[in-house]
Amino acid sequence: MDLKFKNSKITGILTILPKREVLFEDEMENYNFSIQKSLKLKSAMGYNKKRIVEEGTTSSDLCVFGINYLFENEILKKQDIDALILVTQTPDYIMPPTSNIIQGKLGLKHDMICLDINQGCAGYIIGLNQAFMLLEQESINKVILLNADVLSPKVSKKDRNSNPLIGDAASITIVEKSTEETKVFSNVKMNGEGAMALQIPAGGSRLPSSPETAIMKEDASGNFRSKDNLVMKGDAVFNFVQTEVPPMIDSLLNKSETNKDDVDYYMFHQPNKFMLNKLADKIGVSRERMPSNIVGKYGNSSGVSIPTTISDNIGNKALNNKYKLCLSGFGAGLTWASMIIDFGHLNFCEIIEY
Amino acid sequence: MTSLKVKIVKILNEIRPEFDFSEPIDNFIEAGMLDSFDIVTLVTTLDEEFEISIDGVDILPENFATLECTVELLKKYIEK
Repeated sequence: MDLKFKNSKITGILTILPKREVLFEDEMENYNFSIQKSLKLKSAMGYNKKRIVEEGTTSSDLCVFGINYLFENEILKKQDIDALILVTQTPDYIMPPTSNIIQGKLGLKHDMICLDINQGCAGYIIGLNQAFMLLEQESINKVILLNADVLSPKVSKKDRNSNPLIGDAASITIVEKSTEETKVFSNVKMNGEGAMALQIPAGGSRLPSSPETAIMKEDASGNFRSKDNLVMKGDAVFNFVQTEVPPMIDSLLNKSETNKDDVDYYMFHQPNKFMLNKLADKIGVSRERMPSNIVGKYGNSSGVSIPTTISDNIGNKALNNKYKLCLSGFGAGLTWASMIIDFGHLNFCEIIEY
Repeated sequence: MTSLKVKIVKILNEIRPEFDFSEPIDNFIEAGMLDSFDIVTLVTTLDEEFEISIDGVDILPENFATLECTVELLKKYIEK
């Protein structure tokens, strides 16, 4: 589905990373692999380090910390926030909405909208689309888009499919009305028939968590996980991404009348270096213009990976320069979504630690 | 054995030294000789060795299930 937005823009991005850093080598012995094979995997996938939270830290903790940082540094004023969107797969509770919890903790005004969205690796684009839609209302001038995922407690340490890459993080993106004539082109697609390719089987209404769901079992590849853990059909996800994302990007470039060489950076979700290199080759852009350094530096933090990629790669430069960016996220749902956006002259674009 | 096959066998034997890939095998994957991560390593090595980029949509287990399948796939890129 094509979407188009006018006269709104991103004015700042803050990425919040946990201080705790885990090295690939620290966990290598957990996997049913030879050391030699693990190191080959590390090199091919671009794994190295990841950031994960300390036990007990939640999505709202990271978000509240980040927003308070913006308040304390007088980058953001409480009364200016008209809507708070939180995109997460790891809410603090099943009910109430975590965005309401964040609103309450920050003491924000009541005359505003709080909205939780359950999306994963495409969550940044989904959240931006929602922010732009809200800004079409007269009464909404500034939207705070929060992306937060704390998935590390949900991943089995003995699952080599997921554990080496999953990191935790949050980001805050300020989206507001603009007096400049701006255009944003977006495209979203979803396929619920593939929904179980990325899932946490237990913990919801269909299969409540119990002592039985916590029992660890070995799969055909030698990974150990329980039904309370995240499970990813890596082959199916890889194939879906390689099949669906390149034509989506071609279509979006076409609709926006943008030449692929006019895009300064392709800031994509960061599952692993191998998948991103294959996407860059297929789309026909240089690997340098599609950064793939984040999974090895901080881990794959689902919907937070795109703002992290932006903050890390062009954070300082984005304060004084303008770029044309192509963003793309793909994963749980299955959902894939992309966007072409003029980006830059930001008020802030940085990474802080929690 | 063709030179292409010899090269592929050498690469496979380096990836999984505990097996002999020159032996006639019906399906490397079903025989437990290659898993999805081995295929990633294999593709990365083939890309570098032959200065090609195997398309993501071709990275399917069935394209690497036997020596013959792998040769056929590789020919498609080498002859491009």
